[in-house]
Amino acid sequence: MPLIENGRIVEDRHVRVGPDDPIPERVPIIVPAQRFLAEADALIRRDGSLGIDWPNDRRVAELEPWLGHLALIALNFPKFKDGRAYSQARLLRESYGFGGTLRATGDVLRDQFHFLVRAGFDSFEVKKPADAAVFAEVLARYSVYYQPGADGRLPAARQRLQSDAAPKISEAV
Amino acid sequence: MYIYDSIDRTFVTERVAEFRDQVARRLSGELTEDEFKPLRLMNGVYLQLHAYMLRIANPYGTLSSQQLRRLAHVARRYDRGYGHFTTRQNIQFHWIKLEEIPDALADLAEVGMHGMQTSGNNVRNLTTDQWAGVAPDEIEDPRIWAEIIRQHVTLHPEFSFMPRKFKICVGTAAHDRAALRIHDLAFRLHRNEAGEAGFEVMVGGGLGRTPFLAQTIRPFLKKRDLLSYVEAVLRTYNQFGRRDNIWKARIKILVHDLGAEAFAKEVEAEWQTIKDGPLALDSAAVAEIASRFVYPDYEALEDSPPAFTAARRADPQFDRWVDNAVNNHKKPGYAIVTISLKPEGGTPGDATAVQMDALADLADRYSFGEIRIGHEQNLALPHVAQRDLPAVWRALDALGLAIPNIGLVSDIIACPGLDYCSLANARSIPIAQEITRRFRDLDRQRELGRLHINISGCINACGHHHVGHIGILGVEKNGEEFYQITLGGKADDHAELGALIGPAVPYAKVADVVEDIAAAYLALRTSRDELFIDTLKRTGIEPFRDRIYAAH
Repeated sequence: MPLIENGRIVEDRHVRVGPDDPIPERVPIIVPAQRFLAEADALIRRDGSLGIDWPNDRRVAELEPWLGHLALIALNFPKFKDGRAYSQARLLRESYGFGGTLRATGDVLRDQFHFLVRAGFDSFEVKKPADAAVFAEVLARYSVYYQPGADGRLPAARQRLQSDAAPKISEAV
Repeated sequence: MYIYDSIDRTFVTERVAEFRDQVARRLSGELTEDEFKPLRLMNGVYLQLHAYMLRIANPYGTLSSQQLRRLAHVARRYDRGYGHFTTRQNIQFHWIKLEEIPDALADLAEVGMHGMQTSGNNVRNLTTDQWAGVAPDEIEDPRIWAEIIRQHVTLHPEFSFMPRKFKICVGTAAHDRAALRIHDLAFRLHRNEAGEAGFEVMVGGGLGRTPFLAQTIRPFLKKRDLLSYVEAVLRTYNQFGRRDNIWKARIKILVHDLGAEAFAKEVEAEWQTIKDGPLALDSAAVAEIASRFVYPDYEALEDSPPAFTAARRADPQFDRWVDNAVNNHKKPGYAIVTISLKPEGGTPGDATAVQMDALADLADRYSFGEIRIGHEQNLALPHVAQRDLPAVWRALDALGLAIPNIGLVSDIIACPGLDYCSLANARSIPIAQEITRRFRDLDRQRELGRLHINISGCINACGHHHVGHIGILGVEKNGEEFYQITLGGKADDHAELGALIGPAVPYAKVADVVEDIAAAYLALRTSRDELFIDTLKRTGIEPFRDRIYAAH
């Protein structure tokens, strides 16, 4: 499953640690939510980058005390149609100010890329290699959006106010 | 009319390009039907019994003559020469080919139209009063607020994969003509004691298998907070709405399960964290949207010009049509003309390409190029000078569109039913057609007065049967079509759900039962001034039930 970060296909440096696996030292790891909550004190003192896998049916507010220690949070899309993790991503970025990596996992297909990026994700485990190959192309589909997003683009309403470029009634359809 | 600028035009064009790519990937097999389905739905494409169906958004029910002509073109070029106007102020084409849909959408994009979010688990097309901007009783034009919400929720990065569809309605008039309380989220503009205008927020309405009327969760919301509040409601729903059972996934179930108070608390807590962020509306942003609504350059006219009153006196048929289909306009000397799409034996809401083109011409000549679509599946010319009414009437009559049955028993709201829809259990259209034949006598219809019949071909309630004065719901029993009849529903300022009158009746008996109900009303009413719905309220349904089941 190809991983995309910074717009490119990259090698995943993280080791996924199961519920009962020994914790490796000095390598980036991703641990399941349950295990993290049970062993948080030890995990945050460990030497090495720490990531967690957070399910889409738990409130991200639970993570607030630990956010400063987390380098990565993986949020899950069990199905393409299940969009709970979009809300989790925006809450983490916008309400809790999480500045680490937000990784989208699960049923991640090309037609979600622009939603994901604009919701605040910056790491993508893409299900199909063909989709991963066209990541940049797909993100270029839209040059305008109507709402503020994590990609920092000005929403249409702000563009209109800031520029005279948006023609008005004279170009009526 | 809202006028698209280059941003809006670029956006719809890019959306068509994206969908063209998605269709190509589906046709090549690169996408499975499961993967393609949510993508096509987000563009208004359904797979029905016999063919694909394409649903086009008419935001808040306003169309330009140019747009109506383009819909006629789509009907002719890509479909079978007609389209079907829906209870959500949209239009759908029932016989369209998947491989041609991108071209049809490209043709529509040229006139600022699209199928975005007319289906799928996202925020659907915004609806409002079909008399927006012209009704004498409105505080201000609701379409400005509807447009602000519409833009914000279009291809929203967080709310495009919610548990289920989400319908938002905005009303700003003293009388509710938009059925606010049957929406997932509804805003009613009103003035508080200080005279300031703000929104009452209602949430959790919806029909379907488990009907609920929306409950008020905030009596007054400042206009500046409209978008942040929408965001807080959607975020709460997106996270906590049920996804395990499609029948329990609408926000009404979440509101019901949590209780409106607990739901409101959740929303308010979220809203507090975002209300002063980038979604707070400033007057410049609102003014910018408002500036792109253009209004007719009305003449200074007097009400009831002599040519109009003389024509009424001279021609009883014209007079009858005026009584029935013409309403007051906020500008003196103008009127709102409602156009019935409910001819005897017809399909409620259908219009042919020929009719659409002719109506576009009439709109250009007599209504500043504007047409409206109402949730009752009728159209309207919103700005007709009263002196022109005789000419408009003659022209409509020639098109078969001057039927004075607005609000009467034959003005039936019906879903497409089993004739088209893969979800339906029973036919709706032939039931409507038979009822219109039984009541073909207009004098008899007028004698019965205001009486709304709503027909749905399945529990999904697209025909809004729960809020019909007479509601008819198709069900299937041992492979046969049966119909449950409810009485007393309404979707106005005092919205109520209808009550079931008794056991379901077979297909062949439905029109008989409606006739019995009509006869019962005539026998029970205290005078001609007591409307059907008022008699029912006074007597309850028992006397109606007794008569109907005594007869069968």
